[in-house]
Amino acid sequence: MINETSDTLLNRPPLRDSWFSRFEVLALAAITVVAIIGKFYLPRLIPHTEWLELPLLLTVYFGLTRRNPVSALLFGAFVGLSEDSLSPATIPIGMYGITKTLVGYFAASVSVRFNVESPAIRLVLCFFFFFFHAFFYWVMRRALLGQIVPFDPQETFVHGALNAVIALPLFAILDRMKLSGTA
Amino acid sequence: MEALLSRYRNLTVLLVVVVAQLLYLAYQVKTNRDERLIRVWAVTAVTPMAGIVEAVRHNTIGFLEDYFILLDVREQNRKLKADNDHLRMENTYYRNQLSTAEHARALTLFQAQSPSKTVAARVIGNSTVATAKAVFIDRGSTSNIDKGMAVVTPEGIVGKVVAVYPLVSQVLLVTDPTFKVGVESQKGHIHGVLDCGTGKCTVQEIQNEDKVDVGEQFYTSGEDRIFPRGFPVGTVVSAVPGQGMKDIKLNLSGAPGGAEQVLVVLKGVHQAIPNAPPEETTAAMLPVPPPETGDDVASSSKPQTEADKIVQKYGVIGKEEGHVYGAVGSGIPNFNLKPAADAPQPAPARTGGTETAAAPSILGSRAVIAPAKAKPAPVTPANAPELILPLGTPRRKPAAPAVPLGTQTPSPPPAAP
Repeated sequence: MINETSDTLLNRPPLRDSWFSRFEVLALAAITVVAIIGKFYLPRLIPHTEWLELPLLLTVYFGLTRRNPVSALLFGAFVGLSEDSLSPATIPIGMYGITKTLVGYFAASVSVRFNVESPAIRLVLCFFFFFFHAFFYWVMRRALLGQIVPFDPQETFVHGALNAVIALPLFAILDRMKLSGTA
Repeated sequence: MEALLSRYRNLTVLLVVVVAQLLYLAYQVKTNRDERLIRVWAVTAVTPMAGIVEAVRHNTIGFLEDYFILLDVREQNRKLKADNDHLRMENTYYRNQLSTAEHARALTLFQAQSPSKTVAARVIGNSTVATAKAVFIDRGSTSNIDKGMAVVTPEGIVGKVVAVYPLVSQVLLVTDPTFKVGVESQKGHIHGVLDCGTGKCTVQEIQNEDKVDVGEQFYTSGEDRIFPRGFPVGTVVSAVPGQGMKDIKLNLSGAPGGAEQVLVVLKGVHQAIPNAPPEETTAAMLPVPPPETGDDVASSSKPQTEADKIVQKYGVIGKEEGHVYGAVGSGIPNFNLKPAADAPQPAPARTGGTETAAAPSILGSRAVIAPAKAKPAPVTPANAPELILPLGTPRRKPAAPAVPLGTQTPSPPPAAP
């Protein structure tokens, strides 16, 4: 009896590995769709919100919470390709896909080594990943597509800071949703 | 090998995914072909949702504003604005045509050209790329929209259609870094290239020797084969010589990013660049009236009612007796006196010729002596006689202005018995 209980406890997936069981797949898909459509529609509803990168924040959150690089990079690729499909026809599909794949992978890799539950760490990571995302996308447009597009570091810093500030309550809400799933 | 892959499983998956996407990207760039199927699926899936959100927003917030706050003023305003935009568009076209009528071949040009055929569209969504300036409009291939068509507003150019789907189209705005527009200056007809890639719109490829003034208008030149010639682009805000080329900054006349309603040019018609900038006012206006003076006001005011006549009469009496209505210390004027203006034709003058006797207006009453109109005697404090006022009338202060009465003023007629 004791051995059976021990086996059950040992075979139970760890808390972080059972992410999908608590954070429902449907809920995740719905939030992802909302984030992508939000980026599509929010600037029409609320002017001057083009800087808000909800899909990126969702990718970072997934990577930090899931802590599985493979899942995170696949999730990032899915989100990025979805965004690419709504991007201007002058930009080929795959630009955001590659960028967000890397973001998801690095976010999951960082979460393995650091305690990413702290809001301060999350703030810094979100700011860093936003800057990395913007810079890498700009580099790819210049290098792969040969498009001369401007890159304003100051503006990117400000937008990164704003996204990091938005990420804190957003992550807290997503955490609560995850916890409510366990109850 | 297997052990190596299992050890670096994460990195391997990352490389596979990234390389796969890179190859797919390279395929698209190499073949210069847009992956239409994926985009059609995505846009078809997203745009109805955006339309629903827009409809919900319009029917909830808009309903409250329309019916509880402004009733239907907003709807009327929207309709009038749309009509106004359309009329301004036509007006701009006809104005351009009329301005070219002075030239030799203007008539032939006017007859040969016809207005651009346009279709109105509404902006329903933005692009997902923050750095790329693109919007979605609610007109697609079912409305005969085609790729490469120009999108304008009556104020100026907006962008071009880069992708067409059945019900929506994607418009790349002129403010996108990759978008260039051929432009032409109004005065010197100098050709250049509009570039808004750096955040501020500039006109490039113009030599330092070319003359471009601040405030000059730029129009589309039609050389980009997208925008028909003659559409307003913007006004020059600064033009300074640069290294080889002139540094010209332009203020766009339209607002591509903030446009709600746009016009897609289905069939563009090139127009001539107008000689004068388009004016907003079309109706002829009279010159400003001259400033009013006190005399003009007094002479032009004509009593309309009996009350006006009484007020005017009392005003004249007060002026004649030096009375200021409402002033402290100013005595009560004698309202029984006939004002000079109302006095009938002068009776035979008395000695001195400075007084005229007015016939009594009421039968049996005494004649009233009114001041002479023809020759008013100069009244000075020295020769001003003291008025004989009715009993109980407060005495006028010495500093009060002189009354324009005659030197021998009889006592006013007593009150009616």
